[in-house]
Amino acid sequence: MAHAKNHDYHIINPSIWPLMAAGAAFVMLFGAVNWMHGGLPWMFAMGFVATLYVMFGWWADVVSESNAGDHTPVVRIGLRYGFIMFIMSEVMFFVAWFWAFFKHALYPMNEYVASAYVPPEIYAVDPFHLPLINTLILLLSGCAVTWSHHALVHGGPRKDVANGLIIGVVLGLIFTGLQAFEYYELIAHYGWSFGGDKFFATFFLATGFHGAHVVIGTIFLFVCWLRVLKGHFTAEKHIGFEAAAWYWHFVDVVWLFLFLAVYIWGQAVVIG
Amino acid sequence: MADATHTGHDHDRPGFFTRWFMSTNHKDIGILYLFTAGVVGLISVIFTVYMRMELMEPGVQYMCAEGARVLSAAAEGECTPDGHLWNVMITGHGVLMMFFVVIPALFGGFGNYFMPLMIGAPDMAFPRLNNLSYWLYVAGTALAFCAVFIDGGAGPGWTFYPPLSWQDAPTSRAVDFAIFAVHVSGASSILGSINIITTFLNMRAPGMTLHKVPLFAWSIFVTAWLLLLSLPVLAGAITMLLTDRNFGTAFFDVSGGGDPVLFQHIFWFFGHPEVYIVILPAFGVISHIVSTFSKKPIFGYLPMVYALVAIGGLGFVVWAHHMYTVGMTLTQQAYFMVATMVIAVPTGIKIFSWIATMWQGSISFKTPMLFAVGFIFLFTLGGVTGIILSQAGVDRAYHDTYYVVAHFHYVMSLGAVFGIFAGIYYWIGKMSGRQYPELMGKVHFWMFFIGTNLTFFPQHFLGRQGMPRRYIDYPDAFALWNYVSSIGAFISFASFLLFIGIVFYTLRAGKKIEENAYWGEHADTLEWTLPNPPPEHTFEELPTREMWDRQPHH
Repeated sequence: MAHAKNHDYHIINPSIWPLMAAGAAFVMLFGAVNWMHGGLPWMFAMGFVATLYVMFGWWADVVSESNAGDHTPVVRIGLRYGFIMFIMSEVMFFVAWFWAFFKHALYPMNEYVASAYVPPEIYAVDPFHLPLINTLILLLSGCAVTWSHHALVHGGPRKDVANGLIIGVVLGLIFTGLQAFEYYELIAHYGWSFGGDKFFATFFLATGFHGAHVVIGTIFLFVCWLRVLKGHFTAEKHIGFEAAAWYWHFVDVVWLFLFLAVYIWGQAVVIG
Repeated sequence: MADATHTGHDHDRPGFFTRWFMSTNHKDIGILYLFTAGVVGLISVIFTVYMRMELMEPGVQYMCAEGARVLSAAAEGECTPDGHLWNVMITGHGVLMMFFVVIPALFGGFGNYFMPLMIGAPDMAFPRLNNLSYWLYVAGTALAFCAVFIDGGAGPGWTFYPPLSWQDAPTSRAVDFAIFAVHVSGASSILGSINIITTFLNMRAPGMTLHKVPLFAWSIFVTAWLLLLSLPVLAGAITMLLTDRNFGTAFFDVSGGGDPVLFQHIFWFFGHPEVYIVILPAFGVISHIVSTFSKKPIFGYLPMVYALVAIGGLGFVVWAHHMYTVGMTLTQQAYFMVATMVIAVPTGIKIFSWIATMWQGSISFKTPMLFAVGFIFLFTLGGVTGIILSQAGVDRAYHDTYYVVAHFHYVMSLGAVFGIFAGIYYWIGKMSGRQYPELMGKVHFWMFFIGTNLTFFPQHFLGRQGMPRRYIDYPDAFALWNYVSSIGAFISFASFLLFIGIVFYTLRAGKKIEENAYWGEHADTLEWTLPNPPPEHTFEELPTREMWDRQPHH
């Protein structure tokens, strides 16, 4: 090679994506503020589409760099570190929502001296009906992804790798559908609302952000499924797959804590 | 792959747009960070000059509801105080300084430029992500300026306490812009932290074990952990604020069973690590400068490392000392008080180790060393008032007075900012290839030292007299020290203008320096093995152990 680089690290060529990503983020958020204050959603939509476009282009570059052999063993270690830390930051994001839930569950304002707040009557969700089914679906989907992961690592047939993944994706979609159904039922038939009481706020934001992560994780797994079909992964080299699987397990674990806190303990909070 | 761009010769440098807008080069991105932080810093400092003009004399002369005035205060007669404008100024100053000046300069600028060099890494682990961090910082800054200038501006203070931060929700977009500005800056810092930590763990030069990494690299590493673990929690808190403002949720709305104090808890769970995020990289810079100009190795390297780690860890468990007066139980207050005071121990280790490094050294007081010694003196002073404020009982009297303002400006405006200036004078020759004019550097130091002390020292007196912070006006009894404080602010501002002049002079006409290690043999980390300025790509041949290991037998 013409240049003097004599190490295994990945020196990346200049790229337009970061600049475009920041521009898209600015347009999207400026538009979001205007939208929230009664404006039209177009500016937000433009920024959002631009953000998705940047994500697609950027990650397509990463995939082609990987296929070109730029991801040496030491670079792969770095990518793993990076993704683990990304998940750690996500965990800390959920800390805030659990904090809000625990505070209101442990020290409700109506128990404060001279508080005028009276908790409203709220229909209590039975955690051992739909939420339990959803728990099982999500865990099962985690099992399917693990099956696929093992098939990949131990050099099993590509059919197993792909099937495990697509089962994980379908179960993830079912989870999201059931969660949407639950929201719909609670709001349309059981008098729940988004605003009004702090219980609704913690319920919808905590489970809602989890749901958003499920959707993202499902897309991530689906992309990996496409890449499995294209034969991008080998038993030694499959960082994208590994990251998707880790992310999916993270989403699983958050759900288990949500199930314990927001659903089981939450039922007790609502009943009082 | 375009091999030609990798040869590292100047004539192969990419074009202007490619180099500065599409960069994947940690050194270029570091310079972008420093430059942008300098511009935003100047604007934020102009806010403070305007605020000190207003506070110079009792009564309201400039921030009038009839229209903000700048120079012709006396001439225009009637002036109804515009308290909101005042609030916008303090909010803008706080948000900009905390999120868009100090962290980007120390962590983004020096961290990007020098941490990889010190550990002998050819670049950051994720060079393209690195540039995303920078441009998100720019996008966040743009949103922050929207928050200052659109719909009358956001005025809840940089802490965004509800209900202050949502009482204007129906009519003003400003606080929403501020919230998104902090979100975007947070995303920028989280991605930057991931990059820094991965680089530090994965790309150290062969043989450089963790106990041999230079202190500045360690300080950036610890800072990155604080950012990574605290910023997402803040993101959650301000998202709650956003939905409370715009979607009717009741996290902090008492009428819906919410609790404003909950916001304070979550906010300060981030906010206290944040103040260490601001100061720890400065600790790292100062360690190198003190050692270089005392011509001695740093005293107590390992205790210095673990003091950094201890400060970082303890930083997560002391947050409620910012809110002693919200009605916590005595037990809670006692815990947070004791935990806070414990931090004095690792901080003391650092201060005494710097002093021990200087002890019997052959000290030369070049400008970086002046700033470093100034840092040690002033940071200690701010630390001592911090110990005073850590007492829950004493804080009853000092809470939200100018004593607190004086305290945190001593640790940040005089601590972190002295660290930034020290680092710039120390490294500007390395980054630009040209040396700053020594005499003017010293003039800058003395002007800045006198100016900032004149600004903030009298504020201790004002706080003890009971002057509350965040007000546009005050009774005549506080006139004297406010006048002195304003004079100091003007001197500081003049020194800042001088600094800008020095930087431009240095870049255009400063003396070229040929010697790699121009501060002498005790500037012995890996960046001093490189030419001034370093080539586009450094360490394409990884450094060997003799190049950096001064104590090969340890």
